[in-house]
Parts: sequence; C-alpha cells; structure tokens
Amino acid sequence: MSEITREQVQHLAGLARIALTDDEVTSLTTELSQIVDAIATVREVAGDDVPATSHPVPMANVLRADEAGETLTHAEAFAGAPSHDGERFRVSAILGEEQ
Amino acid sequence: MEQAATDLTRLAGHELAARIASGDVSSVEATQAHLDRIAAVDGELHAFLHVNDGALEQARAIDERRARGEQLHELAGSPVAIKDVLCTIGMPSTSGSRILEGWVPPYDATVVARLKAAGLVALGKTNMDEFAMGSSTEHSAYGPTRNPWDPERIPGGSGGGSAAAVAAFEAPFAVGSDTGGSIRQPAAVTGTVGVKPTYGGVSRYGAIALASSLDQVGPVTRTVLDSALIHDVIGGHDPHDSTSLDREWPSFTAAAREGAASGSLAGLRVGVVKELDSEGIAPDVQARFQETVQVLTDAGAEVVEVSCPSFEYSVAAYYLILPAEASSNLARFDSVRFGLRVEQQGQTVEDVMAASREAGFGPEVKRRIILGTYALSAGYYDAYYGSAQKVRTLIQRDFDAAFEQVDLLISPAAPTTAFKLGEKINDPLAMYVNDITTIPANLAGIPGMGLPMGLGDDGMPVGLQLLAPMFEDERLYRAGATIEALLAERWGGILTSRAPALRDAASGGSSGTSTNGAAA
Repeated sequence: MSEITREQVQHLAGLARIALTDDEVTSLTTELSQIVDAIATVREVAGDDVPATSHPVPMANVLRADEAGETLTHAEAFAGAPSHDGERFRVSAILGEEQ
Repeated sequence: MEQAATDLTRLAGHELAARIASGDVSSVEATQAHLDRIAAVDGELHAFLHVNDGALEQARAIDERRARGEQLHELAGSPVAIKDVLCTIGMPSTSGSRILEGWVPPYDATVVARLKAAGLVALGKTNMDEFAMGSSTEHSAYGPTRNPWDPERIPGGSGGGSAAAVAAFEAPFAVGSDTGGSIRQPAAVTGTVGVKPTYGGVSRYGAIALASSLDQVGPVTRTVLDSALIHDVIGGHDPHDSTSLDREWPSFTAAAREGAASGSLAGLRVGVVKELDSEGIAPDVQARFQETVQVLTDAGAEVVEVSCPSFEYSVAAYYLILPAEASSNLARFDSVRFGLRVEQQGQTVEDVMAASREAGFGPEVKRRIILGTYALSAGYYDAYYGSAQKVRTLIQRDFDAAFEQVDLLISPAAPTTAFKLGEKINDPLAMYVNDITTIPANLAGIPGMGLPMGLGDDGMPVGLQLLAPMFEDERLYRAGATIEALLAERWGGILTSRAPALRDAASGGSSGTSTNGAAA
C-alpha cells in the first residue's frame, strides 16, 4: 500500500496551484494511493543498464532561421485575456501584504 | 429535396468529394445536408460542441472558385469536423474544458490551416474528454457524447465526438488526436476508421497539448481511403513544430486505392501480439479477432504469434509519463493570458491562479495534474518518472524485435465493445486499463490504425488495430484497405452502413439511417 497522506495531497495541490476543497483532498488521497499502487510496477522491470527514453524520435537542436516570422498583433494576443490595458496583461498583486 | 439531402450524408467521403469535384453536387448542398443531419440528430448525440455558422459561406466560396474554373484540391468543398483540441480562428476552442469556455484562438492549428487551404469546409468542433484525458468522452465539461449505435453507451474517448460524428453521418471526414488511443479506441467502439500517424508525421502546432511526447493528430472517417485522403492533406513537415519530421511521405491515398483493389495479402507477414490477445479481452472481441485472422490468412497473409513482454508495464508507464507531461503543459492555464479567471478583492496572483484552476478544471484533470506533480517531485522522480522512461525504451525494443519478424502487428483495438455511460466514471483505474491495446504505440511513436472487424454479442462494433514500424504509415493504409474490402465483401457493405437509425429531433421519427447498406 502506498503512503500518500492528506498533507501530501495538499502540498502537491499547492505546487500545482489548484485550490482543492476538503472533499477533493479526501477523495484524491484515496484515489492517488490506489493509482500509485497500480503503477508502481514500473519500478520492478528496468534495471540500471536500460537507458531512459524521453522522446520517441530523438532530434536535437531543431532551430529555425533567425528571421522575423509571423507574430500576433497586440489586439490578437489580448483578445482572449481576462484583463489587459491594451499594452500589458493585467494581474492582481504579485506579493501579499506580509511579503 | 429532403431525400436528396439525406443521400449525401450516406456517401463515403471520397464518393462525396468526387461528386463535388465533378460538379454533380455543390459544396453548399453537401454542407447543408450535413448541417441538416447535425440539426436532426445531434441533440441526442452531442458530438458537436460548436457548429460553424460560417460553413455555408465557406462552401459558397469554394463553389464560386470552382465555377471560375480554378484547379482545386480533390477534397475541396467537402465538409470536415474538427476535434475541439485544435485551435481554430473564428470558432471557440475549449479542449472540452470549462477553463477555456468561449475562448477563440488568434491562430489556426497547422492541421486546420491545411484543411482550409485544401478547401475543406469546417462543420464545427467536436466533443472530447477534457484536455483529452479519458476513454469515454464522459470527462467533457460540456456533457458526454453518445454512441450512435446505442445512445446509452459511450462513443470512446477522448475523441468520441469526432468518431460519433462520422459514425452518425453528421460528417464524412473528421480529425482527432491520439495520445494513448484517443483516435483508435473511439474508432473501434463506433465501427469507424481512425489513424494515429507516426509521431511527428502530422504537426502538433495549435493542438492544445496534453502530453507532448505522445500526442499525435490524425484522421477519423468511415473508410480507410477517406482517412488516407485526410492524412495526405494534414501530414508533412511544419517548421512551427520542432518535433515535426522533415521527410518525404508517400501518397497514402495511392496506397489505400491499391490496397483496396488488390484483394490479396500474399507475402504480408503479420504478427499477433500475444500479450494483447489474452486475459482482459472480452470473449466476443476475441472471437471476431480470430475470424479476422482467418480472413487475413485466407487472403495470403502469413500470420505468426509474436511476444512483446514489456507491454505488461505499458499502462503503468503511460500513467506516469502522461500526467508528468500534462502537469507541466497545463501550467499555462494561469488565468493571465487566456481562459477563466476567478478572483476576489485583495488576492495575490497566486491565489487567483489557484482559485481559477480549481473552478476551471474537472476532476479527472485535477487527478492527473496532482499525480504528475507527485511523479515529478524530488525523491520520487527516479523511482517513478525515470523508471517509466526506461519502460518506454523496453517497449520500443519489443516493437523493434517484433518488426524484424513481421511487416505488421495486429490486435483488437479495444478490449471490449462500448461500455454503458456511467459504468466506469467513478473508477479511474478501470478506465485506465481500457487503453492497454493502444498505449504501446504512443510510447514507441509508431503508427496505428483502428478499423471495424464486426459486431460483438451485444450488436456493438468491434475494432481491429494494425500497427506498423516507425515511418511506415503507408503499410497501414495498404493492408487496412485490403482488409476493409475483404470484410465488406463478407458483410455486403462497410460496417457503418449497418448502424441502427437515430431519432430525428425535427420529425420525431427515424432520420434516414437504416439497418442495411442498400437503403438511402
């Protein structure tokens, strides 16, 4: 049985920037434990001699020519933004009062 | 007029395209027929999240260009349905998520741009599991899609909307995306055809990312040739996608035409993957699979058993790699540049982000982001994510060894026929193991096709999966078209021609589909 605790789920949710409700923390603690148990088998199979694969078709240094390409206009870039002033995306305070 | 309109939706995509190209049918007529069909049956099915109100105008423009004598692509004027994972100028693109509700992208995905350039007319955006996380379309924030063969059942997922749209004759062509089977499994359970190309064969630019090392966009249609036609339009190198393969591809359309005409599989070496033909595959699916193996053998194929021992670990590896990549990709939904923002006076940007993501993401998305964050955490990274990447190497080696012995691999495309809506929604693990047949191809990057191989004991479609080596998508189309033709000969038509009728919202009666291929 894996060792996932409520506190761990709350910590992970904080890292992932999701304000979970208490009920969600409860159900995710159970589900995550079950899922992690089920997928833990990957630890049994491959030894140190097996290299890791991060990408099915390895390619390196894929670069384009250093020329101006198509870009979005300001209006296009801001069209879907929740808030902006026409020049910049507008957000709430970056730092809280205690900081 | 009504009857003529119904006729057009029953044609295979290539037949409709040929009639439009010959001037026999206009693009406006073809488009209107499909819009009428959507209006009649989509209230029940919910394959579409958005219907393009500019479709007729685009169709008219194609008709005018044709009337002026312009040389157009052979699919110009044909309607196409687009999975909501793809960005489209002028149409909302939500990836099935509340967090992107109403978002209209400022650019087209390359696949969409290429479909437009070829003159295809977008009918609308199709439903999907939120951010393509799911196997049933029940995780869509906008409600599930229903299976046209039985509205009580799931149409597969994540691309259940595209598969249901073509199965229900709402569209002749569609596109989807396949991260762990999201094109091939819906094809299997709706009696349609879908292809996951070789990784990098089709651009991912403008496809809202789930797991970037696994995602691949591909065609969704009723026939193999129709998939080949779409693949030829959307495939090829794209400088906007750094993982796009810069190589020449053969004509998949030509391969499908030759395959359909040949009627023979003589000389083809086919491997049955032992690990995908065992426990967990329903008896009726196994029975159809054995019959199909016999059809292949009778047509001259040499069928042998091959073993891919590491496949046993593929689901586990996938459910580490996918959440890890997804948790990173979905970090872009930060409530700043696009999407939902939920805020209260006095909150910091971090509070706003956490509140927005809490409100905007559904349960499966949260589950996978948290799982991915866990898998990437210090102290667990090597044990989980690192091990999963090693399993990926082992699976590639299994495929390499298998393809030294055979030209193609075959398996059932899904372990069962379509299950009932709600049956697995509260059991994530049961949903995950459903992807056992399709996941290995994504982990290895190889191409795969789902196509119909008959009906199960419950009268629901059963799908066959073909897998080819990296870059050899052509083999899928050549052999797939031959197999499709051999089965259609036995059945007296392709499988979708046997789909039961749907309720017609307009008339309250049956809406033009019938129980045999000769009608309409």
